[in-house]
Amino acid sequence: MERLAWLVPALTLAAWALILLLGKRLPGKGAPFGILAVGAGWVISLGILARVIGGGEAYHLRGEWAPFASGFSIPIGITVDGLAAVLLVVVTTISLLVQVYSVGYMRGDKRYVLFFANLSLFTSGMLIVVLADNLLFLLVGWEIMGICSYLLIGHWWEDQANARAAIKAFLVTRVGDIGFTLGIFVFFWAAKSFEIERIVAGVESGAISGRTVTLGAVLLFCGAIGKSGQFPLHVWLPDAMAGPTPVSALIHAATMVAAGVFLVARMFPVFEASGTAMNEIAVIASITMLIAALLALVQDDIKRVLAYSTVSQLAYMMAGLGVGGYEAGVFHLFTHAFFKALLFLAAGSLIHAVHSNNMSAMGGLARVMPWTFRTFTIGALALAGVFPLAGFWSKDEILTEAWNLGFGTPAEHVATSQGIAQIVFVTGIVTAFLTAVYVARMLWLTFGGAYRGAGEPHEPDGFMMLPLVLLAVGAAFAGLVGSPLVGENNFGAWIATPQLPAHGAVIVNWGVAVGATAVAALGIGLGWSLYRGGLPEREYLTRFPLLYKTLERKFFLDDLYEQGIVRPVVGALAPATYWFDQRVIDGAVNGTAIGTRQLARGLRHLQTGQAQWYAAALFVGVVGLAVVAVQVVGR
Amino acid sequence: MPLLYPLVFAAFLFSAGVYGVLARRNAVMVLMSVELMLNAVNVNLVAFSAYLKDQLLSGQVFALFVVAVAAAEVGIGLAIVLLIFRNRETVNIDEVDLLRW
Amino acid sequence: MTGQEVAFLALAVVGGFAGLLVVTSRNVVHAALWLVVALSSIAGVYLLLAAPFVAFVQVIIYVGAIVVLILFGIMLTRAPVGRRVLDNTLRARVGALVVGAGVFVMLTWFMAEAWGGKRIANQAATTTDALGLAIFRNYVLPFEAVSVLLLAALIGAIVLARRD
Repeated sequence: MERLAWLVPALTLAAWALILLLGKRLPGKGAPFGILAVGAGWVISLGILARVIGGGEAYHLRGEWAPFASGFSIPIGITVDGLAAVLLVVVTTISLLVQVYSVGYMRGDKRYVLFFANLSLFTSGMLIVVLADNLLFLLVGWEIMGICSYLLIGHWWEDQANARAAIKAFLVTRVGDIGFTLGIFVFFWAAKSFEIERIVAGVESGAISGRTVTLGAVLLFCGAIGKSGQFPLHVWLPDAMAGPTPVSALIHAATMVAAGVFLVARMFPVFEASGTAMNEIAVIASITMLIAALLALVQDDIKRVLAYSTVSQLAYMMAGLGVGGYEAGVFHLFTHAFFKALLFLAAGSLIHAVHSNNMSAMGGLARVMPWTFRTFTIGALALAGVFPLAGFWSKDEILTEAWNLGFGTPAEHVATSQGIAQIVFVTGIVTAFLTAVYVARMLWLTFGGAYRGAGEPHEPDGFMMLPLVLLAVGAAFAGLVGSPLVGENNFGAWIATPQLPAHGAVIVNWGVAVGATAVAALGIGLGWSLYRGGLPEREYLTRFPLLYKTLERKFFLDDLYEQGIVRPVVGALAPATYWFDQRVIDGAVNGTAIGTRQLARGLRHLQTGQAQWYAAALFVGVVGLAVVAVQVVGR
Repeated sequence: MPLLYPLVFAAFLFSAGVYGVLARRNAVMVLMSVELMLNAVNVNLVAFSAYLKDQLLSGQVFALFVVAVAAAEVGIGLAIVLLIFRNRETVNIDEVDLLRW
Repeated sequence: MTGQEVAFLALAVVGGFAGLLVVTSRNVVHAALWLVVALSSIAGVYLLLAAPFVAFVQVIIYVGAIVVLILFGIMLTRAPVGRRVLDNTLRARVGALVVGAGVFVMLTWFMAEAWGGKRIANQAATTTDALGLAIFRNYVLPFEAVSVLLLAALIGAIVLARRD
């Protein structure tokens, strides 16, 4: 089955091409083909996962894309190990459900065909990232996702705001990608290869110096900061909500933003080898999770709450990896994909019904939209980390790792410093509290109280409901694969690699578990008490005007970027470049044409039309040539 | 006789023909000058044939061919001149410059 | 100076002079008649170069047919007379003179360098059957080609010049 792994991205890529070229004439406007392709990929992925569960070696498939004469060649290849298998299942599952959902959500959209084409292209990009066995090929998939993100966020580009959001997303992640590319080059220079296996081997054997590893790891992480929306490059994610909700669910919740986390996990032995890099990851993650959770508290737009929540949860994953918890971080990625996608799709159902993104136009929807209510609640509680839903297990594992490293005895040596791990733990607990608060706020404002909007909201059609229900099942039970209730840490066994062996059974630190649950309960309680009556007269936090202002202006970061970077570039650098392009470059091209024309205008006077003139020229030429021939050449 | 004698004679006739082609305005006069040039070439051919004592008599044979071709050329040339004269009432080749820029 | 050379010089002077007058005469008909003189002297030169058949052909075809054709052409185009009508502008004439002189100088110079001291040996006149054999044995294909050419020229001239 793993031999078919290459088919998974290939099928979606083929679907993309097919839908793009022939979509308008295909039955169902191309959507069934996209669903078919990713569905087949899903089946293959499950097969691969089954094999991995049964215990199997990692499978490699390698080739040369472009051999050069000097012996260097650009490699292409895939690695199918446990980590890749798990991610394959996640990506194909979410992508399949989102595509089915989109059939209902995007019905009647004027760029329906293009939408599905872009979804397929994006999926193949993410699958390439998951399967790539060398950094260059990974970068290819990475960039494919970047452009698809741009295309999909700007799907309704007639509205200027959407177009701006798309550009913002693309450019901010580009900033991260610069660091990423430099990191790839550092490792290539150090290990003489792009292949991940060789780089990891080089790091582990000590062939690559510590300083190089730190430099490379920090640079690689820049890409993760951009793609996964960590501070300070998180500013694009909330604005990216301008795209259609299925896009938000697929790209900005479950898959693309998870690519950064995946990158760190894939290259984990490299990161582990550098204490500086690990500390950096942990610190940035801590900052991010806190500010994002705070910002989620003051949003009216339900998708923005979820966007900030995503940033915060991604930071959780990064924090888990940052304190050495390879399994914890990836496990949270796994569970988060389910409940965040669920939340987004359910939000889409709400938006569809109410025709507005804002929670101030919702309320009391629990009675009129029961299924949406139930699925949304499951997702929300999973997000808050309520036992026994998925989020509880993964969040708890991260907190346990942080606790062990910070306050207890870690299972093995981790490069992160103890103090940093303590910070991670504390911010983790605070963030869990804040998460519960904004989750409760969301629930009560949306479903409780009286309906504040206009019109008659109702449940969506089957295409949209089915994925919600299926994801709710996932959100509820996905956590069990990594919990001690079912077997012995199956999840850890799945994603283990030779360099990162499984840690055996999960040992639940009951103190941490109970503490986390208590904190979550506290948060939900606070939210209930504040918002159970629906939207308050004045948002509570406005009682602290300075704090509220700061939160409302997103810690003034957007303003900072706008003034410091965007203004100079758009105002000065871009016009200068434009002038140069128009005058100098185009001038040179046009100048050649104009010059040729002037030359022709002068030369055409030779065409007098008079035969004698031509004859004269002929004889002069003959005499000249004869002289040359005899005198010069003949000698 | 020295080979140069007929050669220089031919060169002189040829140059006179060149002058005539370039300096005359009347189309028929230009044709006459062209005939002069062709004859000069013939003299050259025959002179070399005699000098080389050619067994195949190539020079003389080619001179005959040149005569035939020249005859054909004059025929066609005069037909064209007649046509131009019919259309434009002039045989002044300065005025036949339709192919100018 | 052999008799042959003297004869040649005489013919050359006459022919050269006639040729010059062809291209500088102010009267078209005079120019045509001077052409006759030039062509005849060339026929004489052929005789001196042991090519009697070519000389006869020269007289018959050139003097006999082509000059008559030219005279017909002159007549049919209302032969104009006078320098202004017949010759180009002064500038053009000067240019033509330069080019013509240049051609002459170049030819003479190179020929003198190449065949400066060579002489044509005395030889028997070429018999007509020798010439005939040469044409119809060795050069029969060009001969056929020239025949087709003449046919084409004939038809072409008729088509061009007929009034319809």
